[in-house]
Amino acid sequence: MTRSGWTGRLWASWPGRFGMIVVLAIVAIAVVSLFWSPFDPLRVDIANRWAGPGADHLLGTDGSGRDILSLLMAGSRTTIWVAAGAGAIATITGLALAALGALAVRAVREAVAVIVDILIAFPVLLLAMMISAVWGGSLLVVVASVGIGFGVNIARVTRPELRRVLHSDFVLAGRASGLTPWQNLWRHLLPNVAPVFIVQLSWGMAVAVLAEAGLSYLGFGATVTEPSWGLLLAELQQYITVHPGSVVWPGLAITLTVLGFNLLGDGLRDATDPTLSRRGGPHRAATTHTPAVTA
Amino acid sequence: MIRYALTRLALLLLGLFVASALIFTTLRVLPGDVAQLIAGVNSSAAQVAAIRERLGLDQPLPVQYGTWILGVLRGDLGTSQLTGTPVIEEIVEKAQVTIPLGLLSLTVALLIAVPFGVIAAVRRHRVDGSIVSFGAQALAAVPVVWAGMMLVVVFAVWLGWLPAQGFPRAGWDDPAAALRALILPALTIGVVEGAVLLRFVRSATLQAMGQDFVRTGAAKGLTKTQSLMRHGLPSVGLSVITVIGLQVAGIIVGAVVIEQLFSLPGIGRMLVADTGNRDLVKVQSELLVLTGFVLIVGFLVDLLHRVIDPRQREGDA
Repeated sequence: MTRSGWTGRLWASWPGRFGMIVVLAIVAIAVVSLFWSPFDPLRVDIANRWAGPGADHLLGTDGSGRDILSLLMAGSRTTIWVAAGAGAIATITGLALAALGALAVRAVREAVAVIVDILIAFPVLLLAMMISAVWGGSLLVVVASVGIGFGVNIARVTRPELRRVLHSDFVLAGRASGLTPWQNLWRHLLPNVAPVFIVQLSWGMAVAVLAEAGLSYLGFGATVTEPSWGLLLAELQQYITVHPGSVVWPGLAITLTVLGFNLLGDGLRDATDPTLSRRGGPHRAATTHTPAVTA
Repeated sequence: MIRYALTRLALLLLGLFVASALIFTTLRVLPGDVAQLIAGVNSSAAQVAAIRERLGLDQPLPVQYGTWILGVLRGDLGTSQLTGTPVIEEIVEKAQVTIPLGLLSLTVALLIAVPFGVIAAVRRHRVDGSIVSFGAQALAAVPVVWAGMMLVVVFAVWLGWLPAQGFPRAGWDDPAAALRALILPALTIGVVEGAVLLRFVRSATLQAMGQDFVRTGAAKGLTKTQSLMRHGLPSVGLSVITVIGLQVAGIIVGAVVIEQLFSLPGIGRMLVADTGNRDLVKVQSELLVLTGFVLIVGFLVDLLHRVIDPRQREGDA
């Protein structure tokens, strides 16, 4: 499968295109916010507190006069860093567990499979709270727990795929032509499980965004000095009866980002899976459609 | 069947062991000196030693783990370090909020997911089917906290129909008020979880539509929809049962966040408070109860699935 082939198919499907545009836009906003935002997101301006949306403050201000648009722009940095960090950790733990569960000796393989099946029942949010109870909450705890939690999920989906590829002719041919197991893994196995893996990763990042928002809302994620959409929701909630309008924006930002990562995952799945025809073709089993991990 | 049940039971026990070992390791072993952590930075050596003795921290770790698990089996979940009340008493009290909340949420989720999931599958080439599918996709992306806030804005702030927060002091002695307090929270969790569940129902229905027995029904004169309703829905129901097992975790997580948002005195809010207070003994037992619950429901769901679906029993001796 050529690279231009599947990126082209990704762009051609509307979920893929929508997901790609949204995710790239959020990344772009996060980068721009490093250099510029309409106001300093942390600047308190009591005279202008609870300003409505208008020419000055496009989305209005919060209870201490901070510009909500600027806060959202700064918050996108936290979102992207949590998604990327959790994604990186999920990649490492997921691939390591999957490789161990597919390639090791039989006893280890089966033990890994059972442990993965058990760990998957442990919700990411509870894992993060458990770690927070010991070391206190922080964004790092969120990144680590979502990364590990989702790594387990990736391992569960990638492991059978790895086993399947392991018994295919080209891997056998590779082994016959003298490749070491490590070379074979790198050259033949990983490229072939990559599609399944990347799709899971995209869905996992959606879970990471939701988890960051939820944990920051509960007070176990971002601290007051770190801009976060979830934390902003918690702050605005206190005045929800008086200023119900302002609470709309951070929620929309989170929803749009999560939707972006989810649709990107759907688009990637359709673009990389040759057995999935556009319409009326065989449909994937329900269990592989949505990630089982809940934020 | 009995052989399957026993194997599955062994897996459940293994699962409970792995989960409890993970919780114990994280909360007791990793922090290093738990007594110091509980006592705080400004504590004297005597205070730390007293805590160590009271919690049995001077014992070897396997003994501590054994003491904890044996206690749990007898219904003794330890006592809170802050209030001194037995943890089991508090959990039983808070469960009176969380269990009805969970059941109501699940009901809402099913009422949304099953009919709309079937519609989304049957009418997938029509506008309404696509709208339902996309709506579910978008709703599943909504953070549950924000969904709750939006419902509060509409139903509590604007319309004034339902309370924005709180639970009656009298609890279920005032059933009408208690139920009213749970409507918005249950609606919040139910709508978001229902959207996730809807996508499973849609996939399951699509799969059922491709099955031979549904196609045969259509071939012998039923319409496609009639055949699906008569022959296909039982198999859709089976996959829904499986997914409910997965949804339990989602509902628990939802309850943790939503009880906080609506100031409901449930297990989730207690866990948030105890985590913030670093009441490690309590957090340890609460997490075991919650994950144990998820694992046990998973076990029951698998057994139920086996009992209902004759195809699964074919390999049994």
